[in-house]
Amino acid sequence: MKARFPSSRKAYRYDGSYPGFLCCVFESFLHKETPPAILREEDPCTFYGEKWIETDEERASRVLRSLPRRISPAAAAFARDVFLTSLPEKELPLLRVLQEGFRSGGTVLDRLADGDLHVLWKAVRSMRNEAHLLLGFIRFSDYGGTLVSVITPKNHVLPILASHFRSRMPRESFLIYDRTHREGVLYRPGRLLFLPMESFTPPPPDQTEAEYRALWRRFYHMVAIESRENPKCRASHMPKRYWGNMTEFQDEDSPALPAARRNLLDKSTGSAYDESTAAVDKHAARFSREEEES
Amino acid sequence: MTLMEKLAVLTDAAKYDAACTSSGSQRTAGPGSLGSTTMAGICHSFSADGRCISLLKVLFSNCCIYNCQYCVNRVSRETKRASFTPEELAELTIGFYRRNYIEGLFLSSGVLRSPDYTCEQMIRTLELLRNHYQFGGYIHVKAIPGADPLLIEKLGLLADRMSVNIELPSQEGLRLLAPDKSKHSILRPMGYIAGRIVENTRDLTVYRHAPRFAPAGQSTQMIIGATPDSDRQILSLAEGLYRRYGLKRVFYSAYLPVTENALLPAPGTKPPLLREHRLYQADWLLRYYGFQADELLDEQHPDLNPLLDPKCGWALRHMELFPVEINRAPYEMLLRVPGIGVKSARRIVRARRASSLDFTALKKLGVVWKRAQYFVTCRGRMTPGLRVTPESVLRALAEPQGLSLLEETPEQLSFFSGASCGSRAGKEEPHESPLSLLA
Repeated sequence: MKARFPSSRKAYRYDGSYPGFLCCVFESFLHKETPPAILREEDPCTFYGEKWIETDEERASRVLRSLPRRISPAAAAFARDVFLTSLPEKELPLLRVLQEGFRSGGTVLDRLADGDLHVLWKAVRSMRNEAHLLLGFIRFSDYGGTLVSVITPKNHVLPILASHFRSRMPRESFLIYDRTHREGVLYRPGRLLFLPMESFTPPPPDQTEAEYRALWRRFYHMVAIESRENPKCRASHMPKRYWGNMTEFQDEDSPALPAARRNLLDKSTGSAYDESTAAVDKHAARFSREEEES
Repeated sequence: MTLMEKLAVLTDAAKYDAACTSSGSQRTAGPGSLGSTTMAGICHSFSADGRCISLLKVLFSNCCIYNCQYCVNRVSRETKRASFTPEELAELTIGFYRRNYIEGLFLSSGVLRSPDYTCEQMIRTLELLRNHYQFGGYIHVKAIPGADPLLIEKLGLLADRMSVNIELPSQEGLRLLAPDKSKHSILRPMGYIAGRIVENTRDLTVYRHAPRFAPAGQSTQMIIGATPDSDRQILSLAEGLYRRYGLKRVFYSAYLPVTENALLPAPGTKPPLLREHRLYQADWLLRYYGFQADELLDEQHPDLNPLLDPKCGWALRHMELFPVEINRAPYEMLLRVPGIGVKSARRIVRARRASSLDFTALKKLGVVWKRAQYFVTCRGRMTPGLRVTPESVLRALAEPQGLSLLEETPEQLSFFSGASCGSRAGKEEPHESPLSLLA
């Protein structure tokens, strides 16, 4: 997509958050310029001159409000979803798409064959796809009434999973730990909070939990028809990278992770410690990224 | 018997049911309840045979008073028998659901004592789930042929989807292999459910809070390859079911020989998986692509070509309609181009509003260019240097997987020879119309 404003000399650098990016959009429109690059805080230096873009809630929310009104609600959702993908260097293409969107409106999302939009759209599709698969593949274990799950997704799908399970099981309490992004989400009836967590290993199962796991494994193996066995078909519908966290592929005696993986984890973190949900609560209080349910 | 043993026996007995979908119903969990459903459905796992596991698919009981020849649970077969209690099954379902193993319950049953008694046990289970556990997840329940309409009515108000299996695609097959079932005993509950769904839709437009009857509709299943019916008969029957009974899905299940019987393919015969696959492809064409059964198959072509997907087969017989111009062709025509699916056709319509499309754009939109290139032009041109003769296109479109599957199952073509149902070669003889079942 063609940039709407002429190129400026200085690259933008921001904190990597979605509100931070919206401030970059604001900056671009304020000075009627398109930066040659948009860098995150942790990105290495480039040969461009740099301008630090401060994350300003006021500016971010102005842009956020204008997206559905000036472009389209679908475009607002799209921009939000781009930030959940694992795509590197998504900022500049997204800025150009939004610039064009503010000029031509919601039809900007129809230009699926356009280079910038196609790259973003493909990443969003794969993110939404992963989120959808995980809605089914995620497995909870019951620890005294709290449901706990560990996932290792490629994309940052935790917010999507959290809102799905919040509306599906409003009475339950659950914790989903995203090992890839070292982040957890904790839900208690009426309250949802996201918190950074360096590491987490679920405790061993109690007897009821172990029984349910065994029942499920038995069901899983019984329901297959031997004479129709088709491992290729199974692996294409359910890629093997999800299997590690799924109850049906775990042995009786290794509760949460296959043995090989757990060893690996112990080595990498020195001591992977058990964190009871009470400790998680305490942990949570220190972080203010809290989303109160209305 | 322990719960573990019961689960094993009753899963083993239920696994031949093809349907395991959780789609067609949209509901959020109310305050204090547990569970929701989504329109598209969610697959929770895939078993070693590559089939989706979405629901806890079990029989309530595998005791049965009937003796259908193709069925593993028939009364004359010696096998372990078990029955759940409603309390056991409800608790198990909730335990699995909370751990996100499943999207809900698929409950079917052998006929225990009488159809009415079986139905009552199933109702008791669903009532426990819906009322005691406040369960809002998906429930698919099999209507038991021969049960009282009042009981069917009760089941429908508790379940999301109902199904009655039509079992065999022709009345003749039913008479030979399922002497206790007749087309009436199958079609009566199916017709009743269809009528109630229509009635319920009307009620809902007047009273928003009217209780919902099977909101995810009705489905059925038939066995492929146990009787010598042709694909044409099967597809026209499916089409009739979609039109007249408003069915959401018809499932096809390749027959697995489970028993020694002169009327059936011998044990050890491989299931006709490729044929089943082609039927599913054709079924999709009926439901989503605007095709009609008699367009896909006719007197001269009573069976689907195992080497080609049915849409390619149709396109090759209608080369006079192609190529179509991608930037102008109506949506309905785009859907008929091999290599373009529902999603990519919609994307084309969306994207061509913004700018005219060329070959590279089509590939970006997800069009399978290997197939589509023989049937489309972009801005008036085809791929330079492409040879389009019926033979070259056929060679390019034939699927190697199809070839290998076909070679694996040579006996598939001959297993009816000599059997009293008549040979497959006898297909040219006049047959009972597939729609006669619906008459």
